[in-house]
This record gives sequence, C-alpha cells and structure tokens, in this order.
Amino acid sequence: MKIIVCIKQVPDTNEVKLDPKTGTLIRDGVPSIINHDDMNALEGALELKDRYKDVEITLLTMGPPQADVALREALAMGADRAILVSDRAFAGADTWATSNTLTAAIKKIGSFDMIFCGRQAIDGDTAQVGPQVAEKLDLPQVTYVQKIEVTGDKVTVQRALEDGYEVIEVKMPCVLTTIKELNTPRYASVKGIFEAYREKTVENWTAKDIEIDPEIIGLNGSPTNVRKTFTPEPKGKGTMLPGCDKDTVCDLFGRLKEKYII
Amino acid sequence: MSVKILSDKCLGCKLCMKSCPFNAIEIKDGKAVLNDNCTGCGACETSCKFKAIEVEKVEKPVKDLSAYKGVWVFAEQRNGKLMGTAFELLGEGRKLADKLGVELSALLLGSNVAGLTDELIHHGADRVILADHPELKLYTTDGYTKVITELVNSKKPEIILIGATNIGRDLGPRIAARLDTGLTADCTKLEIDDEQKILLQTRPAFGGNIMATIITPKHRPQMSTVRPGVMKKMVPDSNRKGIVEKVEVKLEKKDIRTIVKEVVKSAKQAVNLIDADIIVSGGRGLGGPDGFKLVEELAKELGGVVGSSRAAVDSGWISQDHQVGQTGKTVRPKIYVACGISGAIQHLAGMQGSDCIIAVNKNPDAPIFDVADYGIVGDLHKVIPMMVEEVKKVKEA
Amino acid sequence: MKEEAFMNFSLTKEQEMVRKLLKEFSEKVVKPLAAEIDATERFPRETVEKMARFDMMGIPFPKKYGGAGGDNLTYAIAVEELSKVCGTTGVILSAHTSLGAQPIYQYGTEEQKMKYLVPLAKGEKVGAFGLTEPNAGTDSSAQQTVAVLDGDNYILNGSKVFITNGGEADIYIVFAMTDKSKGNKGISAFIVEKDFIGFSIGKKEEKLGIRGSSTTELIFENCIVPKENLLGQENKGFGIAMQTLDGGRIGIAAQALGIAEGALDEAVKYMKERKQFGMPLSSFQGLQWMIADMATRVEAARFLVYNAADKKDKKLTFSTEAAMAKLFAAETAMDVTTKAVQIFGGYGYTRDYPVERMMRDAKITEIYEGTSQVQKMVIAAKVLK
Repeated sequence: MKIIVCIKQVPDTNEVKLDPKTGTLIRDGVPSIINHDDMNALEGALELKDRYKDVEITLLTMGPPQADVALREALAMGADRAILVSDRAFAGADTWATSNTLTAAIKKIGSFDMIFCGRQAIDGDTAQVGPQVAEKLDLPQVTYVQKIEVTGDKVTVQRALEDGYEVIEVKMPCVLTTIKELNTPRYASVKGIFEAYREKTVENWTAKDIEIDPEIIGLNGSPTNVRKTFTPEPKGKGTMLPGCDKDTVCDLFGRLKEKYII
Repeated sequence: MSVKILSDKCLGCKLCMKSCPFNAIEIKDGKAVLNDNCTGCGACETSCKFKAIEVEKVEKPVKDLSAYKGVWVFAEQRNGKLMGTAFELLGEGRKLADKLGVELSALLLGSNVAGLTDELIHHGADRVILADHPELKLYTTDGYTKVITELVNSKKPEIILIGATNIGRDLGPRIAARLDTGLTADCTKLEIDDEQKILLQTRPAFGGNIMATIITPKHRPQMSTVRPGVMKKMVPDSNRKGIVEKVEVKLEKKDIRTIVKEVVKSAKQAVNLIDADIIVSGGRGLGGPDGFKLVEELAKELGGVVGSSRAAVDSGWISQDHQVGQTGKTVRPKIYVACGISGAIQHLAGMQGSDCIIAVNKNPDAPIFDVADYGIVGDLHKVIPMMVEEVKKVKEA
Repeated sequence: MKEEAFMNFSLTKEQEMVRKLLKEFSEKVVKPLAAEIDATERFPRETVEKMARFDMMGIPFPKKYGGAGGDNLTYAIAVEELSKVCGTTGVILSAHTSLGAQPIYQYGTEEQKMKYLVPLAKGEKVGAFGLTEPNAGTDSSAQQTVAVLDGDNYILNGSKVFITNGGEADIYIVFAMTDKSKGNKGISAFIVEKDFIGFSIGKKEEKLGIRGSSTTELIFENCIVPKENLLGQENKGFGIAMQTLDGGRIGIAAQALGIAEGALDEAVKYMKERKQFGMPLSSFQGLQWMIADMATRVEAARFLVYNAADKKDKKLTFSTEAAMAKLFAAETAMDVTTKAVQIFGGYGYTRDYPVERMMRDAKITEIYEGTSQVQKMVIAAKVLK
C-alpha cells in the first residue's frame, strides 16, 4: 500500500500573541510545528503501516526551505520518504494555486493508493487544499474522517457530521482529510530522530522539477488576493455589566454575539 | 506584481508593517525595507499615507466577467429539513443582491424536496433553482458537485455563498476547483466594494488572531463559505413571491464514487477540559454539590464542559478531574464562565489564558473580576438560570 | 590543559529535535505525575515504559546494541528536560543510562553486551549501580562486600546502601572485594540479575527529595553470580567504578541543571502573575536582581554541563570538566531553587506550587555520585598536577 501524506509546517498560532501596544501580531519567536490535523493524517498512515507492514509512506510538503525540519520530524515518526516542493515561485499562493502545485508533485510521485491530508491548517484555516487536490486528480474524496478501515482496495471511513457521523465506503485511489478525533499522534522516537537526519533524505523539488505552468502557481496564479489584514480589537480591560437581572444577561449575550464569541 | 518602497518619501511610520500579511517589511535606519518574505501581493500599498509604496502591476488578459450576474445561495437541507445556514445566507445574500441590483437565487438539491421552496422564497429568495433527483437524497461530493457546476456553467452567477458546515466545507472547494475560481473559507463578513462592485470577504486567519479581507478580482463566480450562526436571517415574509425553476438532473449511480452506508446520530462524547472550546466552571459560591446542576445545564446549552475550582473539589462537590488551576488542569478555551469562583491566584494560573472570561460572583471585590472580560455581580443561583434561558433563545433564533 | 578543542556553541539539528521531543514529553507525560509520585514515593513505572517506547532509555548507545544511536550531549539534554519538571524522573534515567548500562558498554564482552546492554538500552530492563556501602561512601574503596570464586560461580556476601533504582531495576552492576590484600586494587565488578539466588532488596529509604526514586539496600547472602558475569578483569573493578562515576557526573550535572531551570521558569512565571502593592512582583528591583543572579548562574551551569558532555563525545578527557559541571550545577540548583521558594513567599512553601519539591530535589545533587567535596578534590588534583 502506498500512501502520500501531505503535511504543512505552520507557526504555532496557539502561541501567537498580540502586542498590546501596537495591536499587531508578535511573530518573532513563534515556534514552527507540523499542523495538528496533518499529524493525525500521518498517524493514520503510520497505524496502517503498523498493521499491514507493507505500507510505504511518502510525505509531501509545499513550503519554504525551513519546512525541512517538519519533514524530518515526520520521518522520525516513521515515514519512509519525504519530498519538499520549494520555490520562490510558489510564494503567496492561495489554496487553488497550492493545490495545483501539490497535484503536479503528486503526479510526479506517480503511483499511490491513498492521499491523506489534515482537514485544515491552523494558519490559513481554509480546509480547501485537500478537496481541491482531489478534484484536480479526479479522485473521490471523503472529508472530516475520524476512523479508517482498509480491506483490500476498499476503504471504509467514519465521516463526522456536526451531530453524529456517516459510514462511507470508497475505493482506492482516494483522498481522505482527517480530523483530530481520528487518533492521538505518536511522538517521534529518539532513534527515529537520528535516523531521520542520518539515514533518510528529504528530496528537494523546484517548480521546474514538477513541470508546472508558472501561470497557475504562486501569487500570480491565485484567483483570490488578500486586500488587507487587520487585528481584531485588542481585549481592553474587562467590563462590569450593570445589575444582575434579565437585561444584564441580555446585554451580555448581545455583546458576545457582536464579537462573534458565540 | 512587484513592490517598491520609495525611501525618500518614507517616514518610517510602520503603518505598512501592520498591513503586511507575510511579515515582509522591516524598519532599517528609520525607513521601511522589504525582506525576502515579500510576495508582491501589494496589500501594503493602500496603507501608506505618504504614497511611499509603488506596486507595479503586471496586466494579464482578463476574462470577460460581465456575463456573470446574480447571487446564489446553497440552501443546505438534510433529511428534508432546511439547515439554519440556508436562511442566514439568504438574509445576507439579499443585502448583497440588492446592493448589486441583481437576482437572489437559492440552490436546492435533494430528493422530493419541492415542498421547501416556499420557505426559501419567504426568507428572501427571488428564485429557487430546484434540482430534485433520487441520487441527491443524501449529500455526496460527486453528485452535488456535478449538478452544481453544470448549473453554474450554464447560468453564470457572479457570487455563490455556501454555509461552512461539514457539508459545505466539503462541497465548496470541490466546486471552486472544478470551476477554476477562487473560494474564501469561513467568512464572517461580506460586503460589496462600492467602486469595483466586487465581493469583499472578511474572515479570521492565523488561528483567529487576525482578520483578512479577501477578494476574487479576476475569476467568477466569487465563492465564499460562510460561518454558520453569524449572518442574520430575514424575518420571513409569507407574502413574498418568487420563481421556482425545476432543472433537469442528469445523474447516475456510477457518477458517484462514495457510498453512504449508514448515518449515525450521536451525542458528542465527553470532551476533556484541555480541548474544550467552552468551559463553565463552579466554585465555592455554588454552596453545595447541587450548585453544579446549574453549571451543568449552562454547559450543556452552550455545548461546553464543566470545570471546577479546587475549593469545590476539596469539598467533595465534584470529582478532581474537573479541577482547573495550579494543582488541576490548565485550560485555554474560547469562553470560560466562572460561577461563584473568587479568583484566587492558584485558580487564575489555570484559566487566565482563556479568550473570553465571564464571571458571576456576588462579591464585587472578587479578584476574578480583574481578569474577566465581562463581570456580573449577583446571585449566581438567579443569574445562571437566566443565562440558560438566554442561550436557549439565541439558539432558536 | 592540553586539549585545544573548544565546544561548537550550537546544537545539531538532531539534538534540537530531541530536545523538542523531550520537552513535550516532559510537559505532557512526566509533569502531570511529578507531584503525586513525590507525595506517595512511587516509582513511575509507566513513565519508564513510555520512555522505552520512544528510545529514550539508551540514547548514547549504538543501534546495534539497542540504543538510539545518539551521543552524550543528546543524552544530557534529555536528562535536563526531564529534570525541569521532575527531578525523580531525571535521576531514574541518569542512573539507568550512565551507571547501569554504560559500564557494560565500555567494559563488557560482546556476549555481555548482547545479553545485558541490549535490553537495557531498549528500556526493556532497568539498570542500577551498587558501589556504596554503609562504611564506604565517599571512601568508596573501603569495600566490605566480598566475592569468592567457587567453581563456575562467584559467591557474593555483603550489602550495599543508597542504591538508586534499587528494587525496581533488573540488572545491577555490583562491586565486591575479590582480593582483600590488594586494597582498592582488589575490587571486581559483576553483573547481577535481580533473580539471582541470594540477592535480595533490603530497606527502602524515606528521603527528603527525589522521593519517587527508589533508593534501597542491596543484600547479598551467598549470592551466586556465574563467572561469565564478571565485568572487565578481576581486580580491575575500582577503575571501572571511577570511570563510570566520571560519566555519571554528567548525568547528575544535567539533572541539577534541569532542576535549576525548572525552578527559574516557575519563578519568572509567578513574578509576572502575582501582584502585591498593586504591581506584579516583576516590578520590584530586589526581585529583578535575584532573577538576574539566578539566570546568570543557570546559563553558566549549562555551558559547563554541555562542555563536559561534548568533550566525552569527542573522546577527549572530560573527567575534570565533568567534576566542574557537577559541582557548579548542583550548587546552582540548590541556590536557584531556594531563591525560587523565597520569591513565591508563603505559597512557595506549600505543595500547591512545585518549587518546594524542586528545592528538596536539588539537595541530593550536591551529595550523590561524589559529594561536592569529592568534586573539589578531583578538580584540585588535576589543576595542581
């Protein structure tokens, strides 16, 4: 069984803080991590490897050169092969352009049975790349996967809904996007870390290597553009709400709604 | 596009730094300079009040977009019942359509769902495009994508809105990829730009730490998935009239590559404190174990988890695994409601990183109010039930 | 000193990644248990099993012996990170790796390595080191445990005291007199398995700190040890003991460093949160200066510890560096943890906060594996040569 796992190195947005004076994000010193949902995707593949033994896991990342660290960590967890598709031409890509790049890389990888992606990255928060890659490869997709079972070339998954789940059957090759309920990702092992750096390699591919049309990648190839970014109003001092009756409670929830807190 | 900073005009005011989504601007010797992170996106241009930023645009041949007219809303239905997002999107879509002076259509897919069209029209749709077919009874990516993209290609709407539900976020990107157009996810605000008449799509990014406004200038349709529960639906007007257009659906079993074997409804499993988005916590002010019944009710209505201060645990009112604080768990939920908790430093250590802290305590000097975003001084035995009622009202709306 | 090789002041990517792994492991797996195992004096067996799963129990040993294929600096970093949240877990790993497994790696035959080092490095078995006796502490050569060769076996009689991992370990490196007439040139080292006839565990000590660490007596009553289990050559055991302790010093120095860092981190966090006189404690210069002193000493200790480990990895002499590292790091741990409790004030004296435990844990680092006084003897001897 050959599984391609797409992972993304992201800043740990849980650790990002706002500078209280300027209202801007403090990005310095924010650690980079493998996106959480992608860890679940990788763990899903590793569990299949533990079970069926003859499973080859290929990691694929589109990112800057420092994404090498993320791929090494994933190799240390037990993946077999790692490919970093990196090129200045990819910078500023929206999800459409990103999925074009990943699709071209996957085509170059060649044969595979399944592609696992994390549902959503914690920096872009779109959850779009997985399905868009599936579309461009003309493969069936199942998103929000919280359980995976494989029998031959048939894959049976649980797909989460807001109030329950569906049991869905799909044939390989297919694309699955995974959520955190799928599993608890393992730690890398110390031995795995040394092997990842000393015995395994990260292949570096450029735009030329994946033979991709420069018109459909990067910022120039993106149908969506960022017009502006701004930080939500910083948390000021707390507000004591007057009284303690129905109006007070109404007031509270009104404010919560306004700020999209509920 | 390439960006240049005119250093003789630059005053080093740093406004451009704040607007850069890629952290590509630094101040060196009092002037703004671009570093390697610059992607040429040009978001900084409008932020400079001193015209010190020049963005050179490469003109590409543009598709003729004028043929695309109309706002479409995906009216999601499950088991023959319309989802709340359908009405929210119609409410928002109505505003956009009115601003553009175009028609608002609801896109309804399903099997034997013709009975839902009136509701959609009463909530603001001018037209309901109805695709009724047995293979559309349950949502499938292949089935819905095929039908919708064929309709889009023939009817050419300029805007499509889809609710960012588990289904919408599966469907939206697939359609956008097939149509080679831009999709913006989980929007919390939609507006029409006065000059260019394009859709301004605002949404949270970076884990919710920043907001970004996105545009799809050169591709159609402009697609957005919209966060449920944010947009306002219209008050339904049963006198509203509209057109129901039933379209022909060409769909066969073999077009759909996934099989839904079973649909299972289950209550959410007990979420642990560390992962919870919402925590309602009780302390000594509850007065006894019965106080936790109120806490549990509010937690249930909000879809959250019950927490506790150490005092309540030590008094035996609730088990230790609910304890939040220095000797309990450290949590960072989106909402933390502290009921009858004084706010001793050991407790604060466990929860002060929460995004929004709401405190209810009858002591106006309780230290919890120093960290709370919203504080209510009052008897929690009266206030919490009122909060439960209010949440129920908000959910029904 | 003749060696010119200076430390490269950056860690390799592998070492950084191992640190990241150990940091997360310590926060998520080790820290939640730290207070409980201290209060109940419980050996955290489940943590040891998890550490084994992630190849943490044999970091500096080659893969062919079941190790992770790493080096001593990486191992020191692992002990450091564990000790930041739990001094007990740090010493369990340190005693197991440096004292239990390392002598077999350095002095064992190939058969002994395959039989004993492999399961130790994999963490399938836990190791310990039995040198100290009731009358042989700092004067470790005053061994009274004897070993007499009888046919195919050595028969051991005597007792050991204050043995870390005692009772929990499966494999013990035990020292005994094989030739009383030769003094410390008549001591031999043996590999003793917990199930050998005549070997039993005696009293478990109740201690001031590292209370989750199992510290026990070892009792040998006509204990039968097959002669294949002689480690190294007969009567050459004292050298093995001293060499082993040299390396063990790096582990303990790393433990002390970790304890100091953990206390410093807690103090910094508390100073930002706690308000008195309407201001956070971090506004008060007196306390700022305390933190400055603490942070500087910790930084200095870190360089000494890493330097010693690095020298060992480069196969240079490292004995003096290790002694300096242990001496300084232990004193730093005691100083920093005591100051940390002071900064916390009354709350620091209670079990609500971890600093009182860190202070109790720190004390032993000035005592075991060579007291600070012994370290000074080692350093002075080298410097005054």
